[in-house]
Amino acid sequence: MTDLTNAATPAGTTATRTKIKVRNLNFFYRDFQALQGIDMGIPEKRVTAIIGPSGCGKSTLLRVFNRIYSMYPRLRAEGSVELDGENVLDPGYAMNRLRIKVGMVFQKPVPFPMTIYENVAYGIRHHQKLGRKKLDERVEEALRSAAIWDEVKDKLRHSALGLSGGQQQRLCIARCIALKPDVLLLDEPTSALDPIATSRIEQLIEELKRTYTIVIVTHNMQQAARVSDYTAFMYLGEMIEFGNTEMTFTKPEKKQTEDYITGRFG
Amino acid sequence: MTTSTDHIIKSYDTELTRLTGEIARMGELSVRQLEAAIDAVERRDARAAQQVLDNDDAIDAMEQEISHGVVRLLALRAPMAGDLRAVFAALRVASDIERIGDYAANVAKRAIPLATLAPVAPAHGLLQLSQLAAVAVRKVLKAYVESDADNAYQVWRDDVHVDEGYDALFRELLTYMMEDPRSITPCTHLLFMAKNIERIGDHATNIAENVWFVVRGEPLDEPRAKQDRTFEA
Repeated sequence: MTDLTNAATPAGTTATRTKIKVRNLNFFYRDFQALQGIDMGIPEKRVTAIIGPSGCGKSTLLRVFNRIYSMYPRLRAEGSVELDGENVLDPGYAMNRLRIKVGMVFQKPVPFPMTIYENVAYGIRHHQKLGRKKLDERVEEALRSAAIWDEVKDKLRHSALGLSGGQQQRLCIARCIALKPDVLLLDEPTSALDPIATSRIEQLIEELKRTYTIVIVTHNMQQAARVSDYTAFMYLGEMIEFGNTEMTFTKPEKKQTEDYITGRFG
Repeated sequence: MTTSTDHIIKSYDTELTRLTGEIARMGELSVRQLEAAIDAVERRDARAAQQVLDNDDAIDAMEQEISHGVVRLLALRAPMAGDLRAVFAALRVASDIERIGDYAANVAKRAIPLATLAPVAPAHGLLQLSQLAAVAVRKVLKAYVESDADNAYQVWRDDVHVDEGYDALFRELLTYMMEDPRSITPCTHLLFMAKNIERIGDHATNIAENVWFVVRGEPLDEPRAKQDRTFEA
């Protein structure tokens, strides 16, 4: 089991345990190296935000955590990403198992063209055999956890495509947490949403972090400041600074971080 | 406060620079108020003293304007990191300057009755004390404009001289009052004036602490020698 004493954990952490330990991670899109020797320890049951300008590698890093890159040819990762002490980059780490443990929500809500109920039940069925009653319970539990139950409970058999963007995004979160993962990866989860839907998702993140380890990539600095406990700043594929969010936004250690968050990057 | 690199959004820089400029102007006005008040004491000019009192409104108005500017910057620009510290400090520095202006006005207020009383010798010691305080305020404002934490620190440390000057004047005034009870009224006015000036020095150190915080990102929390020994007299 990993502990917090020997990894590049954020300064001033109050978490008791490191959930994901990234060690000397390099990532290549063919010949282009997108990540350069990343070391970081992501604290358990906390929200870690990854910020940085476009092309800095933040989304790439997130995508390595659940090995989604392996769907594409000629992409290659070196180093290790240990989830509870096991290297998920190891081909021996079963993809099915990884998908259950690490859920991901994308920028644009992508509900399946099915009913609201089926959107959530689909993944559960894929991984588990449950009776009708048990499955209903799991779907309700997931929808409740994603703070969308009250809005959809009377139209579970309606198409998910009829929901608003914000509702669709919460449905996608429900779909993720229905599998009872350990880690939730959120890639710009509110960039396509209006401010009210954004607030709902942010409130949801606050509730979910009691149960899950959350990593969020966001371009919205205010959002990183509002929702995260720790903030990592990346630039040109490198981890420039990783510390507690309050420090990052009041007194960052590196000038590059300061220039970025104060809008001085030219 | 000056910064090394500019913001991508130019108007943001303009607003921050304007804020710094307003504070510098407000600060200079408060020092001039102090000098004018002391000048009125020296020349026993009640009219000039009244002029100082009337001018205090201008400083209060500037503080209002700066507060408004700070709220506006916070709301519209959402400053972060060093910018956030600078904007936050601007609010506190403006409030310190406003207090300096108030103390200068208090000196002027006492200059009016003092001008009608028989002159007493220690009035000159007051001039020296006020010069020390004025130098401290000017120096710390310069450090503020130039984001110079070291010079701010020097002002912070040198406040001990203002305290010593106040202490000496206090003892001198006490001796006068004991020697000649008729001097009690004018000496009491001078004593309050001296205390006001000593407080101006304290506000200069507050500003120094804010400059330190803006530049270094941490409070200046080393213990400072407190020289007020008048309570032992």
